[in-house]
Amino acid sequence: MSFISYLVSGISLGSIYALIALGYTMVYGIAKMLNFAHGDVIMVGAFAVFTAMMTFQLPVWASILIGILVCMILGIVIERVAYKPLRGASPLSVLITAIGVSYLLQNLALLIFGSSARNFQSVVTLPAWQVNSQLSISGETMVTIIVTTVIMIVLTLFINKSKPGRAMLAVSEDRGAAQLMGINVNGTITLTFAIGSALAAVAGVLLCSLYPQISAYTGQMPGIKAFIAAVFGGIGSIPGAMIGGILLGIIENLSKAYISSQLSDVIVFAVLILMLLVKPTGILGKKIQEKV
Amino acid sequence: MSYLEVTNIGISFGGLRAVDDFCLSIEKGQLYGLIGPNGAGKTTVFNLLTGVYQPDKGKVELDGVNLTGKSPVEINQNGIARTFQNIRLFNNLTVQDNVKAGLHNQNSYSVFEGILRLPRYRRQEQAMNKRAVELLKVFDLDQEKDTLASNLPYGKQRKLEIVRAMATHPKLLLLDEPAAGMNPNETAELMETIQFVRGHFDMTILLIEHDMKLVSGICEELTVLNFGSVLVQGNTGDVLNNPEVITAYLGD
Amino acid sequence: MKAMNPMKLFGSVRPATKNKTITYLMVLIFFGISGILVQTGSVGSLFTGLLVPMCYYIIMAVSLNLTVGILGELSLGHAGFMCVGAYVGGIFSLLTKDAISQVWIRFPLAMLIGGLCAALMGILIGVPILRLRGDYLAIVTLAFGEIIRKVVQNIYIVSDKNGLHFSFVNTVNPASIDLATKEEILNGPMAVSGIPKDTTLWIAVLMVMITLFVIMNLVDSRSGRAIMAIRDNRIAAEATGISITRHKLIVFVTSSFFAGLAGVLYAHFSTITPVKFDYNMSILILVFVVLGGIGNIRGSVIAAVILYALPELLRGFQNYRMLIYAIVLIVMMLLNNNAKFIQFKAGLGRKLFRRKAKEAA
Repeated sequence: MSFISYLVSGISLGSIYALIALGYTMVYGIAKMLNFAHGDVIMVGAFAVFTAMMTFQLPVWASILIGILVCMILGIVIERVAYKPLRGASPLSVLITAIGVSYLLQNLALLIFGSSARNFQSVVTLPAWQVNSQLSISGETMVTIIVTTVIMIVLTLFINKSKPGRAMLAVSEDRGAAQLMGINVNGTITLTFAIGSALAAVAGVLLCSLYPQISAYTGQMPGIKAFIAAVFGGIGSIPGAMIGGILLGIIENLSKAYISSQLSDVIVFAVLILMLLVKPTGILGKKIQEKV
Repeated sequence: MSYLEVTNIGISFGGLRAVDDFCLSIEKGQLYGLIGPNGAGKTTVFNLLTGVYQPDKGKVELDGVNLTGKSPVEINQNGIARTFQNIRLFNNLTVQDNVKAGLHNQNSYSVFEGILRLPRYRRQEQAMNKRAVELLKVFDLDQEKDTLASNLPYGKQRKLEIVRAMATHPKLLLLDEPAAGMNPNETAELMETIQFVRGHFDMTILLIEHDMKLVSGICEELTVLNFGSVLVQGNTGDVLNNPEVITAYLGD
Repeated sequence: MKAMNPMKLFGSVRPATKNKTITYLMVLIFFGISGILVQTGSVGSLFTGLLVPMCYYIIMAVSLNLTVGILGELSLGHAGFMCVGAYVGGIFSLLTKDAISQVWIRFPLAMLIGGLCAALMGILIGVPILRLRGDYLAIVTLAFGEIIRKVVQNIYIVSDKNGLHFSFVNTVNPASIDLATKEEILNGPMAVSGIPKDTTLWIAVLMVMITLFVIMNLVDSRSGRAIMAIRDNRIAAEATGISITRHKLIVFVTSSFFAGLAGVLYAHFSTITPVKFDYNMSILILVFVVLGGIGNIRGSVIAAVILYALPELLRGFQNYRMLIYAIVLIVMMLLNNNAKFIQFKAGLGRKLFRRKAKEAA
């Protein structure tokens, strides 16, 4: 396989990371917390689609819709039950709660679906594109890149042009001021979680189509890596999440190809550490001055 | 050269020049006031002096030692202690432990000596306990020494912050709005306490205040800050009667 | 001379010393009685087998509480340090099995070396992340925990008459090994076998006491106050002349040392495979800490004992164990931050207090 093909699949993987990272960065910017459970929402979304397709024999488009709906509801429920009551609490408490939610989702999935990985039937029916004798791009890769690009464009437009989107920006800048301006802060935060979770569902489906296996732990590593991507690109910045995600996917894939597949994870973590040491706010992040 | 010599320090936040060409000279043992309307940059000046922010120009010297560019920890070790506009106590520690935290650098027993309870630990802990109670007595807080800092009433919390700052054995004490939220009685008591601290501990004090009664009552000299720059400097009486100062506070 | 009332004497002692003594006594009494019951054969082998693990889980919980409760930072890679200690200590014992046949020399050395290596790892990890806080620190420690596990899972060590052979890829190239004297030391995911089972109950309890002694004394000292000051208000701590980096390092090193020590005890008690020191274990220990009370060392001891024993004794529990831990974490956090619950707890405390005061009078 050539460098180009590794690059392309790296972009594809990176797009999925970008989708997940968007959820992290939006919640971090607007609700000021790290939603540790986000990675596992991906897994739930994938399982919802899986169940809809396998158990209920529903068509692909319906299954995906169900997956998105399930995740949106899950995200909203989690926010209302576990995170909202802790809005004034110490960051440590919030973090521990988020870990609890993540753990809960993983173990529920373990109980329901068992511990062995299942085969996930790819939702993509597009045939591979034989570019030339060296390069063949799979249908999944193409769909992933196209879908994520479209979503990112739509999301950017939504945030910048629509009223609820601009409300999200306002809340991320200054929650108190936003409230005083008449913005429904609770609703905005709920919307953020809903959108993030919907994206997670899409990411889950794409991830499991690209790497056609699903288990209770499917979301954990991609979740961590997507968070790394969000930090890499600048936490709180939407374009940052996109750039961070794609770059990370490329770095990971090229590491797998040219260095070692075992060490690729180590390299990704090393990237995070380096970033945090050199420019903690990430590529596109801005330095937030703590009020003393 | 004065005891505290601040020369042309400044800092910008984004496009805003928060403090510009700020100069200050304070003599040893003086009680000095930094006043100005809200948002003038007074706390920012404190943050520049204590290393929380790094000035992008200028120099800060205390007792001949150049403190410019040092970290907050180094600056405290070199003699500047402060209180904060929004009280920053160690809420889960007792009153006495808050003060003993301030005494941290006045003691030298190592981690091992502490763990193994060697004689140096015992000696220094005993001395710390004594010293802490002594300091608390000055501020009439010794009765509450075992109370959790977060359970103190507001006025006592402000006083505790000052005790903790004094415990670090500073040369210069910075008080950021020490009378905020106090009623006239408490303020009068605070005025006496600050003057007592200056006399008893031979302390040099720079304070930020909005309460003009306190400022005119105990400060010998003032600097007025407006929009990040020095408006007027001089002795209290002259400054407070200066028409520009009055305009700055009250508007046209 | 007036007769001294021992209770009055106890009452005049510092509350911190009182608390520590109570904790020591609780440990000694619990394990003392349990030990006697085991000796006299009054309890089944199920309970007996729990006693030593309880000890190393206590050590894990107490050392994690130092980081989470006293320093106020969340570390999600604690199992990684236990892993380092277990492997280093275990391999040391395995290699010196013949050279140092006296257990009472070899085992303490193994514990020391295992602990120190874990502490070294704590420094290696701690230094680059010293400036990180909160969420970032948590993720990085999680990452490190996973990295340690993955790295150990991929190490193969074989010894023969020529010495040790390392490989990261696969069972070491057979051609380079003198098959006659070959001995597998570390077999990747299959880990180490043949570590002498040196951990006895009284050694484990002794280690618990040492851990408690060091950590409780550290907390009740000038360094402990500084660490808690950093937890309560980092900016004020700096302004008070307290070095954040120095004290963070003290915490990382101490916490990881004892986690490594716990690992050595584990390795010399039951079989170790890298997969056991995973994220699940780090979360398990975190549950102990949260349930026992963040910052409450005695609470960690109690929680570790009860929460470790409970699922083992209630077999039907097994499948739902981790699910219940997850729910416990969430519920504890919600309760601890709920004003009504805090008032309720204080009210309970007052009721108990009033009774004690009445009795003393």
